Amino acid sequence: MSKLIATRAIRGAHKLVARAEKELKQAIEEKGPQTKVEFPNTGYYLPISYGMLGLNIETLAGLKELLGQAKKLLPPIPENKLWLPYLGHTLDAGMATLFADEIIEAIKYTQKPLPYLPEPNPSNEHLWLGAANDVILRERGIEFVDGTAPGFAACVGYCPSNDIAVRIARELQEKNLYVFISASTDGKSMAQQLQEEGVQMGWETRLVPYGNDVTATVHSLGFATRVALSFGGVQPGDYERVLRYNKNRVFAFVLALGPVDDEKHAQAAGAINFGFPTIADTDIDQILPTGICTYEHVVSPVPHEKIVSKAIEVRGLKITVTKVPVPVSYGPAFQGERVRKDEMYVELAGQTKPGFEYLTTKELDEVEDGKIEVIGPEIDEVEEGSTIPFAIWIEVAGREMQPDFEPILERQIHDFINGANGIFHLGQRDINWLRIGKEAKQKGFKFKHFGSILHAKLHGEYGKIFDKVQIRIYTREKEVLDLIDTARKVYQQRDARLADMTDEAVDMFYSCTLCQSFAPNHVCIITPERSGLCGAYNWLDGKAAHRINPTGPNQPVNKGKVIDELKGQWHDINEFVHHQSHKTLEFFNAYSIIEHPMTSCGCFECISCVLPSTNGIMTVYRDFTEMTPSGMKFSTLAGNVGGGVQTPGFIGHSKQYIGSNKFIRAEGGAKRIVWMNKDLKEELEPLIRKIGEQEGLEGFFDMIADETVATTEEEVLAYITQKNHPALSLPPLF
Amino acid sequence: MKEKSIDPAVQHLVEKNAQQGLDTVWSRSDSQKPRCGYGEQGLCCQLCYMGPCRINPRGKSPQKGVCGASAEVIVARNFARMIAGGAAAHSDHGREVAKILLLAAKAPDSGYAIKDVNKLQKVATALGIEVKDRKKEDIAAEVAERALENFGQQEGEVQFTRLAPPTRQALWQELNIVPRGIDREIVEMMHRTAMGVDQDHRNIMLQGARTALADGWGGSMIATELQDILFGTPSPLRGQVNLGVLSKDKVNIVVHGHEPVLSEMLVLASQDKELLKMAKSQGAKGINLAGICCTANEILLRHGLPIAGNVLQQELAISTGAVEAMIVDVQCIMPSLPEISKCYHTKLITTSSKAKIENAKNYEFSEKNSLQTAKDIVREAIMNFSRREKVDIPPEKMDLVAGFSHEAIIYMLGGAFRGSYVPLNDNVINGRIKGVAGVVGCCNPKVTHDQCHVNLVEELIANNILVVQTGCSAIACAKAGFLVPESAEKHAGQGLAEVCQAVGIPPVLHSGSCVDNSRILIALSEMVKIGGLGNDISELPVAGAAPEWMSEKAIAIGQYFVASGVFTIFGVGLPVSGSEKFCQHIFKEFEDIFGGMWAAEPDPGKMASRIIDHIDKKREKLGIHKAKKRVLYDMAMRRELDT
Repeated sequence: MSKLIATRAIRGAHKLVARAEKELKQAIEEKGPQTKVEFPNTGYYLPISYGMLGLNIETLAGLKELLGQAKKLLPPIPENKLWLPYLGHTLDAGMATLFADEIIEAIKYTQKPLPYLPEPNPSNEHLWLGAANDVILRERGIEFVDGTAPGFAACVGYCPSNDIAVRIARELQEKNLYVFISASTDGKSMAQQLQEEGVQMGWETRLVPYGNDVTATVHSLGFATRVALSFGGVQPGDYERVLRYNKNRVFAFVLALGPVDDEKHAQAAGAINFGFPTIADTDIDQILPTGICTYEHVVSPVPHEKIVSKAIEVRGLKITVTKVPVPVSYGPAFQGERVRKDEMYVELAGQTKPGFEYLTTKELDEVEDGKIEVIGPEIDEVEEGSTIPFAIWIEVAGREMQPDFEPILERQIHDFINGANGIFHLGQRDINWLRIGKEAKQKGFKFKHFGSILHAKLHGEYGKIFDKVQIRIYTREKEVLDLIDTARKVYQQRDARLADMTDEAVDMFYSCTLCQSFAPNHVCIITPERSGLCGAYNWLDGKAAHRINPTGPNQPVNKGKVIDELKGQWHDINEFVHHQSHKTLEFFNAYSIIEHPMTSCGCFECISCVLPSTNGIMTVYRDFTEMTPSGMKFSTLAGNVGGGVQTPGFIGHSKQYIGSNKFIRAEGGAKRIVWMNKDLKEELEPLIRKIGEQEGLEGFFDMIADETVATTEEEVLAYITQKNHPALSLPPLF
Repeated sequence: MKEKSIDPAVQHLVEKNAQQGLDTVWSRSDSQKPRCGYGEQGLCCQLCYMGPCRINPRGKSPQKGVCGASAEVIVARNFARMIAGGAAAHSDHGREVAKILLLAAKAPDSGYAIKDVNKLQKVATALGIEVKDRKKEDIAAEVAERALENFGQQEGEVQFTRLAPPTRQALWQELNIVPRGIDREIVEMMHRTAMGVDQDHRNIMLQGARTALADGWGGSMIATELQDILFGTPSPLRGQVNLGVLSKDKVNIVVHGHEPVLSEMLVLASQDKELLKMAKSQGAKGINLAGICCTANEILLRHGLPIAGNVLQQELAISTGAVEAMIVDVQCIMPSLPEISKCYHTKLITTSSKAKIENAKNYEFSEKNSLQTAKDIVREAIMNFSRREKVDIPPEKMDLVAGFSHEAIIYMLGGAFRGSYVPLNDNVINGRIKGVAGVVGCCNPKVTHDQCHVNLVEELIANNILVVQTGCSAIACAKAGFLVPESAEKHAGQGLAEVCQAVGIPPVLHSGSCVDNSRILIALSEMVKIGGLGNDISELPVAGAAPEWMSEKAIAIGQYFVASGVFTIFGVGLPVSGSEKFCQHIFKEFEDIFGGMWAAEPDPGKMASRIIDHIDKKREKLGIHKAKKRVLYDMAMRRELDT
């Protein structure tokens, strides 16, 4: 019965709070109360205390208040007889545990050397990554938003064998779930088991080793808290909404593997506060009645072969996975995997051999659905370690198919193929580059399986717009070279067509409310000249998505009467935004950063904001973690921009939008840009040079400051004054 | 003796008294046999002196009173006057509490203080009183004044009615039965049932409903809510019950009645160091304060102090010979107490100017000298210790867990961060809990003491119905051992037991005294608000019962539950059976009017069946009678969920 769980969780909480108290006292004695504590590169302070209590903890001394809160929550341990109600107490003990965890983890970040590797992926020497930074949060956030990642599994402990650990990890990956790993038992952890088996871990493969210590489990819940704060627009300290948001949006659960001690029970109690149930492989008793979680709270013991499906069922999660008939594991989690040269069996196309990928429309009677041909040698006939030419030629047919959809479908080849475990894909069109790992080859992966993947996935995701698809794989130089020009001609035509497409040329735009699952009041309006702020959806994508799912998050929106041509305001768009934002936004200007700008969910690639004294704006890409001239890091800026609120002077947008003619046209366009982070500036160099030419501004590219020349607004002003930047002579922004 | 009570402690002492030739409630009840059949069926009218009149229940003459009143008019007027009487009792209690709160706010040296500031703020907000940046004393004064206005006001609404679900409020408005002022409704009820006024039984019962609502959502709720502010909102704690709690070697002071305004001061006085020293000097090992009836419930819920017994045990406590003083205030105090006290050394002390008993010592207990008076009383009890003679304390005592206020239920279901009624509603919807029943009310020597309470509750929990209790009914079930958490495994059905074990609660929740039935109203409203179980209290799979009722107060409670939409069933019998037409009205027509209705059934087994049937009917209407397939959520479905 669940009293046992309550007793152990409460006991665990007492132990962890005592440990936090001891370690905090020691840290303050050794390092001084004013020593800074922070998880690196985040605008969310220590996320649990920030989210639950609204505390902005920045020093060791600041942790004392959190400790006080934890102690206040600590309940008595239930009596053996005549006990008092313990469920509320257990949940409070769980929260006290998370507070204690956060204290202990925060102290770790004051240690030298840092016990964590603050990178997206572990190295051979450093397995444990610690808290995710905001760059990761935003990059990965979009996957939680659009459903690519339906949730996460927080795995604690270890499996009885490495094989089982790999099997469970693979199964979770195949179900598209993130796997957050923490808390070793008797020095053993699932992450170490995966490492021993050579499984590639890190954010890119969705297998995230947080930390060896039981307290590192808090990073899972901290991530969940930040999702609510950044994408859900929940205010710090509004614990009710943070927790409700997680119960109803972030479908996570805990897998307790191996023996579960008091401290791990306490973590489970903390997770239940978030609506995350625990499923254990050992017999730790159960809490079946529902209410805090959607369904059961603790289920045990569950055999390993059923533990993943049971966990998904208990969490109330519906995952539809297209079954891909290939002899290797398949799922988006494998998309981030790399195949290193020494692991590679064969390399396809790339820099030394020709190759391309092409998708075209045919008549229905010209296509035989499911036909896959390999023209040229199969993998068995290719020498290990060699590089060969490689082309993929896809023909689709169907009543709903339009040439406009061809590039959209073609672009999916990258993600689809990368989903196979042990296969690596990069680039697109005629710059494709693939590797097949030795292990995949050993498991029986053949070239024809590229066809199997594409057939299954294209049907699974785009089946509504075509009926048949056939695929040819070319592995011989002659055929590849014969066909490459045909493909190239079409690429050029497509580019020209897209470049010609303007907002004026269409009657309707597409909405994107995909992110309303996370940011309930945010509405993206995608126009031909302003792609979705995540960079993942352009106008044509919106059109195709609407065709695929007519009632889905991408709806056509008539522009209606023009209200303001320059700023990009239309009557019907205003109405739509007003309605879809649940009456929080009345007006919307597509081309302004100052007046009723478009809101953001939190998934933006870039943020632009006004630097008042320069009469210009700065633009920063999400990977840039240093301080910007606005006085805020990207993470802090993101906090100001996200959550579906109009913030004059700030917009979130895609990289591509910078090169658009409609980029903040109301304020004068891209010539307002006075600062960009260097990587972004260099990446967009051709685009920026083009803008300079169009505007007749010689040397415009060099007039834009970056972090190498200016890190404060004053320095930017000095730099652009010296360069005579055009922003200085534009009308005042305000 | 077993037909008198199922409680061995009671059996033993009743037997002893009988042997000694001493009267108890049971012997006097026997002397009343055969009871007046007209009166029992509500057919006796004494409203004017043309009578008394009676109607022949078998259809023979007379069928009209002297004035021409028919059976249903006579029954209706009698029944309505019981409602008025009950409502007056609860409400006068509430008024005293409001006055004390005002005193606590204005005179900090009065001995009373504002103990629960959170509750103060909550109540003030409910009453539309500004709380931001204000001193608690100022808020409390305004709350008290506003509450007092609710008694005397002539127009408007009794304000706590606004805590009911909107659908219910709309119904009351449509029926024009929103109580205007508490006193006003009681007075109007008395007027309309005087000779020659309201002659339509249906119209009489509409005012009956309005008067009862003025009690449940008015006087009683004011009493409960303001007592919580003054003395603290109860939360789960342990206690003990039955006559075995009386101490062999301590000074036993038994407090009996209803208003915690008195008992709270006695609690303080009994812990006074000097008095404790004095007790020792008299050869006692300490002071043992125990309660009888609802005062017992009040001091149990807020201090964990022991309960000596329920209302029928008041004489028996004295006949243990171990009680130095019995201190009483108002309601349910038997006039027989001086008689039985005389046979022992027990001092009977009255404390209310409203309730004096000939031959009892009266200590005028005014708000201004409360603590001093309480100390004087305790001193008197201590000085009485040496006069104690042979004692006969029955060994029976039972552990219990009590203190399930609305606020405590919210906390226990989710802690400080996730507390809410969601888990309750969820488990009602998924069928682990079939429904909720409030089992409340008095004890009555016309039926075997405690038996109906215990048998009914046993049957209900075995059928997965969560039971919420107050008053003497709670004490009966506590004595039977249902209020310990271990009883879930032993007595509850599997689904209910699972929930109890998940939360750590007994299957029977003790929520307080009889004014605390208002807590149940709040709880039902919260269940509606949380959702998934319909839009009104009348849609909930719930029921109310008073299996061994005897007081007018129970009739008022029954009527306010019915008018709030709850099916309410009474044991023993109801003084309405003389008029079929009236029965038809309150047993059947009421359901169409209020969504809740009365029922009468003396047999606890059948009573349980009727409750279960009613709950099943409600579950079916809600569409939750069959197990549903588990819903698995994809992204699109998640977007529909509330964040």
